[in-house]
Amino acid sequence: MPTRARRWHISWLLLAAATIPLLAVVSLFVGVSEVSLAALLSGQDGGRAAEVLMISRLPRTLALILAGSGMAVCGTIMQMLARNRFVEPSTAGTVESASLGILAVMLLAPGLPMFGKMLVAALFALAGTSLFLAILRRIPLRSVLLVPLVGIMLGGVISAITTFFAYRTDMLQSISAWTTGDFSGVLRGRYELLWIAAGLTLLAYFAAARFTVAGMGEAFATNVGLNYRRIVALGLLIVSMVTAAVVVTVGMVPFIGLIVPNVVSLALGDNLSKSLPWVAILGAGFVLVCDIAGRLILYPYEVPIGTVIGIVGSAFFLFLILRPNARVA
Amino acid sequence: MIELKSVSKQYGDTLVVDGVDLTLPKGGVTSIIGPNGAGKSTLLSMMSRLLPMSTGWIGIDGLDVTKTRGDVLARRLSILRQDNHMTARLTVRDLVAFGRYPYTKDRPTGEDKVHVDRALGFLDLQPLADRFLDELSGGQRQRAFVAMVLCQDTDYALFDEPLNNLDMRHAAGMMRLLRRAADHFNKTIVLVLHDINFASCYSDHIVAMKAGKVAFQGAPDAVMQASVLTEIFNTDMAIHEIAGRKIAVFY
Repeated sequence: MPTRARRWHISWLLLAAATIPLLAVVSLFVGVSEVSLAALLSGQDGGRAAEVLMISRLPRTLALILAGSGMAVCGTIMQMLARNRFVEPSTAGTVESASLGILAVMLLAPGLPMFGKMLVAALFALAGTSLFLAILRRIPLRSVLLVPLVGIMLGGVISAITTFFAYRTDMLQSISAWTTGDFSGVLRGRYELLWIAAGLTLLAYFAAARFTVAGMGEAFATNVGLNYRRIVALGLLIVSMVTAAVVVTVGMVPFIGLIVPNVVSLALGDNLSKSLPWVAILGAGFVLVCDIAGRLILYPYEVPIGTVIGIVGSAFFLFLILRPNARVA
Repeated sequence: MIELKSVSKQYGDTLVVDGVDLTLPKGGVTSIIGPNGAGKSTLLSMMSRLLPMSTGWIGIDGLDVTKTRGDVLARRLSILRQDNHMTARLTVRDLVAFGRYPYTKDRPTGEDKVHVDRALGFLDLQPLADRFLDELSGGQRQRAFVAMVLCQDTDYALFDEPLNNLDMRHAAGMMRLLRRAADHFNKTIVLVLHDINFASCYSDHIVAMKAGKVAFQGAPDAVMQASVLTEIFNTDMAIHEIAGRKIAVFY
């Protein structure tokens, strides 16, 4: 990339990154409990505003940023590994497998701490996603749309298993409370696992060139001397851990991994060294906006973020499938 | 030197490549010809470690292709396959630049840029350099893939049907370019070609395959014989000498 173009690109990137703190500030001050700058500074309410801020609003805002960027980056990685535009953790059985893992923990080892829960969920997610990739390798897929269909069916089968056992053990309500994406329950001490997701997201950035090469296909990757299996394994590991951390802390947040990477790819292409920072920033921004909207639409009640993103996301998914040159996607 | 020792590839009961012994000398252009299903592409894929062999041994300058580290081999040998279905949305320049991946991995250097610009120039791709691959025609895309392989700058470059999708001007231009890579840059070029007349005009050595075996090999003059080609392709062929070149007529 010519130097001038690169400088432009970096300026825009910084500008976009700067909107995240702005949105975060908005997110800090939106909610049922009144938190205003005046109250914080004067401390008139006996520090109640500060307490709400530190215990609820700040963790929630951080969780939104970390989960949003993490899930968006996961979507990008999966799209490179599956070489398909329509794949993301919720269209490949990853999220459903993580949920099954959580149910398994609740039934078999209810006393396990959050971190343990996450590891088990990650293990299930890893197994589910590997199964998805193995199926893809077995069946010759003529149509790009068949790939997410296979993933959604696999997810359906896995979530049917979850529902069966949850129904038998009277766990349906708690499993649905666990897995519906919702940031309203995020409190200090209950979101910190997401920092692991953040670390892994950063790791993904350092492997960006390798993921791009992997996205060119196994033959190309082998030709330039990349160990294809190893990079697929790394990608699966990152995707599973991040997804598990997000599902355990805030539940399923569908479609971010689909919308954000596709928008970025349309604008900038798939050279991840260049595009991955955009994916992370837009992922965080998109989730922040959707969550703030969810808090305001029915104020003082909240619409869960999963619902808000679900609506925006399905509309976008339809657009992707129906747009004129979807076949070359 | 590329050496193959009793190399076979079997799918179920079908023997696609059947005990091939072959030595390709260093330097020059070698074309592999033969009818559909003769095992040409399979052989090329095995030479470039994209496909495991069922039995046999292949060495590139003595390096066992199945045992040598991927990145070591990637600095000696490059391969372009026939079907390059690319879903990643890359610009031509990005794609070509990945040809430097074996040398600099994630950190491109100034020297890489020189290689990239030269490869783009070789294939007339400068005006298209910032276009995305999905915005190109099939022939333009094919030239971009070839540019990437040239940018990899390996001693051995293997191409499966490099003339795919190219019009006459670009097909002849491509063959001249590969000829030049062999003559001026001491590269060893191995091609799978369907068009035997291109093989006749631009190769130093022709290997004819049939039913998984090497049926005949030699200089173009030796292979471009009516009796030899008729036998290999199961089609009546006449050889004419036009402007000092042997041209097969089978239309």
